[in-house]
Amino acid sequence: MLKRKRFLFAVMAIIPTFAIFGWVRMYPIVETLRLSVFQWNLLSRDKTFVGLSNFIELFGDDQFLDALTNTAIIAFGAMAVTIPVSMALAGVIYHRTRSRFAGFYETAVFIPHVVSLVPAAMAWKWIFDAKLGPLNAVIVALGGEAQAWLFDPVLSVVCIILLVSWQTLGYAVLIYLVGFRNLPKSVYEAAKLDGANGIQSFFFMSVPLLKPITLYVSVVTLISGFNVYAQAYVLASDTQGAPGRLVRVLVLDMLENSFQNFRVGYAAAEAVILLSIVLVLTAVQFGMLRQKGGK
Amino acid sequence: MSAKARARRSNFLIDVCLFFICLALLLPLIMLIANGFKTPAEMLVWPPTILPRNPTLENFVTVFTETPLLRWMFNSLAFATLSMIAIVATSALAGYVVAKFPFRSINVIFILFLTTAIIPFEVYMIPLYFQVKALGALNSITGLLIGYLVMSFGIFLIRQNVIASIPDELLEAARIDGAGEFWIFRHIVVPLLRGPLAALAVLAFFQAWTAFAWPIITLTRKTSFTIEVGLANFQSAYTVELSLLSAASAAVMVPSVLAFVLLRRNFVEGIAASGMKE
Repeated sequence: MLKRKRFLFAVMAIIPTFAIFGWVRMYPIVETLRLSVFQWNLLSRDKTFVGLSNFIELFGDDQFLDALTNTAIIAFGAMAVTIPVSMALAGVIYHRTRSRFAGFYETAVFIPHVVSLVPAAMAWKWIFDAKLGPLNAVIVALGGEAQAWLFDPVLSVVCIILLVSWQTLGYAVLIYLVGFRNLPKSVYEAAKLDGANGIQSFFFMSVPLLKPITLYVSVVTLISGFNVYAQAYVLASDTQGAPGRLVRVLVLDMLENSFQNFRVGYAAAEAVILLSIVLVLTAVQFGMLRQKGGK
Repeated sequence: MSAKARARRSNFLIDVCLFFICLALLLPLIMLIANGFKTPAEMLVWPPTILPRNPTLENFVTVFTETPLLRWMFNSLAFATLSMIAIVATSALAGYVVAKFPFRSINVIFILFLTTAIIPFEVYMIPLYFQVKALGALNSITGLLIGYLVMSFGIFLIRQNVIASIPDELLEAARIDGAGEFWIFRHIVVPLLRGPLAALAVLAFFQAWTAFAWPIITLTRKTSFTIEVGLANFQSAYTVELSLLSAASAAVMVPSVLAFVLLRRNFVEGIAASGMKE
């Protein structure tokens, strides 16, 4: 009797959440998978089953391949910048935990992560501006040559990587700080007694001990990198009034196919590829964690 | 020189370096705010100035009087607040239930939902768009909200905190005293979860406040834009100077940065918990 009453409460309490979940998460996920094997032009009622032909077409589609390459470069590039910088920065901030300015450091590093994407991208767009931007001003003042940052096909991708890394850095530093605080203090004291200096204990102890955190931050950075959209939309897109060369990224290509070219099934197939990338990355992370635990 | 003095000197050098790094990280935002105070003519000066020579408030006046910036801010605020309430409410209830009511059927569904947490929103937003469209909720806060009603991480966060900080004995004692299940939740569980719930609230609010991809596909009418979409489309909708754009961006950014600085502890707690998932 009592157990039934409790079960009733549990069900009543959880049904709204489960229902919402089913409606706004499970259903559209399944629908994405389903649409990816159909051809649908958004306007007509019929969807034609086309099997895997959307996927086959995607791998011969230059725009998609361009988007996939750019997105992968941005994701891995941002990770390559974020991981070493954030680990070093977190190490130094942790070292100065007792400093009066510790709170300031943490806040300052984290602010770029909480600022809305569009204002942040606006700020960087001006910095990179070829004719008016301070970046070129500094380069010219140092005797270098002004670059058309947002127009050059390589440099515009570099700009997006910089912007994405600047935004991710705060998050990564925060996670690393948690990691540093959880490291066993005794090991460091022992190392100190043996004559290791701060830099040595960072490289030979912190870096290996923080490996699970590095793995986690890498995967989170990669996954968010593969979903890059707003940054490319503002910084490097020619649909805006301010100039910039369009850097095609996956989400942009997907939305364009769905809402401008009216090829919803085709766009869903792109979404499925994005999903597969995310799943593979997550699987690699778990695999590596397990491998480590097994030893 | 003693070891202590040497340590003090190296710490001082580290502080100086850190200070400059922090400044460099904030510089883009500082320059953006400074640009908001420049005259259109000064924006075209080469080499660019960092601080405005003749600061003017004109850009801010123009932006607030001649563009729907306030309207967009209101939309964002309403969207973020409602999303926060929905996420906190659903996460609190569901997190408590999955932590303290070990019924198999509930747990199976919970694990199923938890696994969807790794799937990025971008993967399923197109079908979700059609669901919202079928409801006739495009261009509305309701439509926006549909994408931001639940957060799997929120349920997980509350579940972990319930397990860690609410002993079964406490709930049993209340039951023996004749308290109803909902009363227990409302008057015993929720007050004990104040910390994690606040962290989740801040996290949820900022998540909605900074949302971009979802608003940009569901909102096409200028009056229904959120601040992010409004700013992104600013240039195509108005013949606009860079100084005006900077003023608008700064006007949006400053309150959210202030809010973050005030709520930093809650925020950090929530984010740090997200890293502890594994």
